[in-house]
Amino acid sequence: MRNCPATVARCRILVRLFLSFSALICSPAFAQAQQNNSHEELLQIPGEIGRPGGRLVVSLRGEPKTLNPLIAADARSREVIGVMQADLIHINRATQLTEPALAKSWKISPDGLIYTLVLRKGLKFSDGQPMDADDVLFSFRVYLDENTHAPQRDLLIVGGKPIAVSKIDSQTIAFQLSKPYGVGERLFDGLAILPRHLLEKPFQEGKLGQIGSLNAAANQWAGLGPFRLKEYVAGQRLVLERNPYYWKSDAKINRLPYLDELVFLFVPNADAQVLKFQSGETDMISQLGAENFSVLSRQQNGYTVADAGPGLEYNFLFFNLNDLGEKPSADLQRKQKWFREVKFRQAVSAAVDREAIVRLVYQGRGTPLWGLVTPGNKRWNDANLPHPVRSLDRARALLKEAGFSWATGPNGESTLQDSDGKPVEFSILTSSTNADRSKMAALLQDDLKQLGMRVQVVPMEFRSLLDRVTQSKEYDACIMGVASYDADPNSDINVWLSSGGTHLWNPSQPHPSTPWEAEIDRLVEDQMSARTFDQRKKLYDRAQEILAENQPMIFLASPDILAGAKNSVGNFHPAVLEPYVLWNVEQLYLKNGRESPAR
Amino acid sequence: MIRRRKLAIWLLILGVLHAIVLCAGFFAPYNPVEQDRKNPYLPPMRVHFVDTHNHLHLRPFVYAFQLRPGTFDQYVEDTTRQIPLHFFIAGAPYRLLGFLPARIHLFGAGDERIYLLGTDAFGRDQLSRLLFGGQVSLLAGLLGAGFTLLIGWCIGAVAGYFGGWQDDVLMRLAELFLALPWLYLLFAVRAFLPLSVNPLQAFFLIVAVIGAVGWARPARLVRGIVLSAKERDFVRAARGFGASNIYLLRRHILPETSSVLLTQAAILIPQYVLAEMTLSFLGLGVPEPVPSWGNLLSNLQQYSVLVSYWWTYLPALAMVPFFLGYLGLASALQERADPYKIERRSLGNLA
Repeated sequence: MRNCPATVARCRILVRLFLSFSALICSPAFAQAQQNNSHEELLQIPGEIGRPGGRLVVSLRGEPKTLNPLIAADARSREVIGVMQADLIHINRATQLTEPALAKSWKISPDGLIYTLVLRKGLKFSDGQPMDADDVLFSFRVYLDENTHAPQRDLLIVGGKPIAVSKIDSQTIAFQLSKPYGVGERLFDGLAILPRHLLEKPFQEGKLGQIGSLNAAANQWAGLGPFRLKEYVAGQRLVLERNPYYWKSDAKINRLPYLDELVFLFVPNADAQVLKFQSGETDMISQLGAENFSVLSRQQNGYTVADAGPGLEYNFLFFNLNDLGEKPSADLQRKQKWFREVKFRQAVSAAVDREAIVRLVYQGRGTPLWGLVTPGNKRWNDANLPHPVRSLDRARALLKEAGFSWATGPNGESTLQDSDGKPVEFSILTSSTNADRSKMAALLQDDLKQLGMRVQVVPMEFRSLLDRVTQSKEYDACIMGVASYDADPNSDINVWLSSGGTHLWNPSQPHPSTPWEAEIDRLVEDQMSARTFDQRKKLYDRAQEILAENQPMIFLASPDILAGAKNSVGNFHPAVLEPYVLWNVEQLYLKNGRESPAR
Repeated sequence: MIRRRKLAIWLLILGVLHAIVLCAGFFAPYNPVEQDRKNPYLPPMRVHFVDTHNHLHLRPFVYAFQLRPGTFDQYVEDTTRQIPLHFFIAGAPYRLLGFLPARIHLFGAGDERIYLLGTDAFGRDQLSRLLFGGQVSLLAGLLGAGFTLLIGWCIGAVAGYFGGWQDDVLMRLAELFLALPWLYLLFAVRAFLPLSVNPLQAFFLIVAVIGAVGWARPARLVRGIVLSAKERDFVRAARGFGASNIYLLRRHILPETSSVLLTQAAILIPQYVLAEMTLSFLGLGVPEPVPSWGNLLSNLQQYSVLVSYWWTYLPALAMVPFFLGYLGLASALQERADPYKIERRSLGNLA
């Protein structure tokens, strides 16, 4: 046992020698021959040619709960699963467009109902077992099985019916939809293909949920992603090693990934992540706050920080518009009367100093926001959405029209009161762990004070905040932020639809409670079956305009995606989509060729 | 005589410090909640008498600051623009001592803004926040300590004077309170109370909470003194002449506890100021935007603030003179009380 690591290290050095040797003499013709010999169709991707070997360390916000994509719900698990699994068609995080992955090509029938995918030849799972159409059939059977309770199931039900999957031959699979689906081939992104040879038995026994725990032996699970499990130390780190059967190569036919090992350190606190990065313990950092970003950029030594531009996170204020019947206190009922008044919400929106939020909260590394689709989402951003400048006069005029008036308070300040003469006072919930949003709340508080509204900011632990907003519904207003996981606005469909669980101001309605919510529902349903991008864009633009008119969500600002990496990390190109720095993990390499893991 | 003078000096120092905080509106140039969104994290401005051309100015001045282009929190001193300080100048309205409407401030700069202790994340003047924050923190300490001593005094007197089962019950209760981990108790109590409270309610909540947990120690001290005092000859004599319990306590016994109570107060006040700061630092105290010394420091929980803006530490220094003052007062009081006691005790032994 003692000698084992030494032997492994020696082997790895040999492999590395061989690889660099082959990289030297590799001509394209030779590569082609090698490829034909093994009947493998590697996917060649462009980009800087790296050097193989080395170990990259990144920090993770906490311990992932599972490595099983069927039960993973937390962001940390998904980040790790993202580098261990692969999908049929993938969305390139940089271009935000689809590109071939396990499927080398696909066709969509003219009526938009049948997708025919052709698999790459010679694919192998990370344990060396071959992968073919049967694995795809099995994966979709598992995803669609009701007893598995996979979160992916909802995505695969189009027009009320599950997608029907059939095998044409061992390389070709057909997907039959009951209705045209506007998202198109993007729906395949993120759907990991599961190893049938390992999971068929547990699936039949109904034990799939128990597989993929971090403590399980590495051979219990296999994936098609660039890395596979090597070692897990509870509470400290997760070590992944290079998948030698990965199906991508660089422009010179060197099989990817370059790195030997990828290590996730569990660092729960954002500030601690910055300290670890500064001290050189980790090689890359993402999801940096603007203030930490400026700390890092002021004292750069040996690393670079990058601003990838505006991301897809949108921060917004919303009021409690739930229909609570007789349940709420008289106090909340009175407040809801103001909140339901559209002119009240418009006035609040007109009073918000979005420029100040960008400057003071994000130190200029963000964009003011007036709609759900952020400017970072270049394809879907609605250029015609009005961007009214801040105007307290307009806000006061709107409030006056809605029957509000002003009185002079005991200390000489003017207070806003409603038509019954009651002062306008309410509280805004914000997550106590999110410093950015607490700051936004403090700015809003001051903005609204100038309209005569008395606002209390209530910082709350995030989970109990979510509970209040979605379960007990006892709150006045709340500031929240959501990051879309994909550029396609359908990724936020549960925010748009009045029946959606994250339609936060009034979630999970059986019937849309207002005409404009019904109108948005209809537009979103229509775009689902619209076939061209232009049609869909037009419908979504209209939905955004309705949202902007009615202001159920008062959009505030969107932060830039900020990341950093040591200068020795090659191919570091942060994207605005998740996973911000690891999306091209197979291409990342270490320039100075550090020795592999010293223990 | 020396002892008495020491006491007077400490009282004078504390009196001046408290007067400054009490008249915060006059000494502070701005309203503590007013945001100057163009100047976040502005460093403290230095007061100059001599300009860059070596000209002496009789009126002190500061140089204006300018944002370094391309940054949002880096400033450079603009030596071409001098902002002269004006004294006793009209500015933002405030209420002196909480009720007298006034506009005159000790210093200001007319339309320009001066920040002698820099600004915070929202461009609020830190000097003004520090002074007004002192009002909240010190008042919480004073009221909390007063509340504690009142409870402790009553309970201690009852337990010591009546003895018997009252004594047993009350002292076991006191021991229980001493054994409680009070900081965590404060968290728990504050967490159970309603979340959305206005600043005034929050303030009295804190006072009640920190006041209610600390009564056990003064109660035990008072009990000890009452216990020994009630057996003194003159107390027995008075009882023999038919004095009532209330009369005995008021006339003969409780006056004996005054020096202990004063010393306790001088020790407890800074402790309770610190307790308020701890609660506010952790976000359980007075809510934003009302300043208190604790929530002025709470920004420092962020790493970026910790390493970038040194002047945000200054509120931590503000409490040092107050604490020194109170501790000095406590030891002076103790010195005054102790020899007196020793003399009396030795006399008692002789007799």
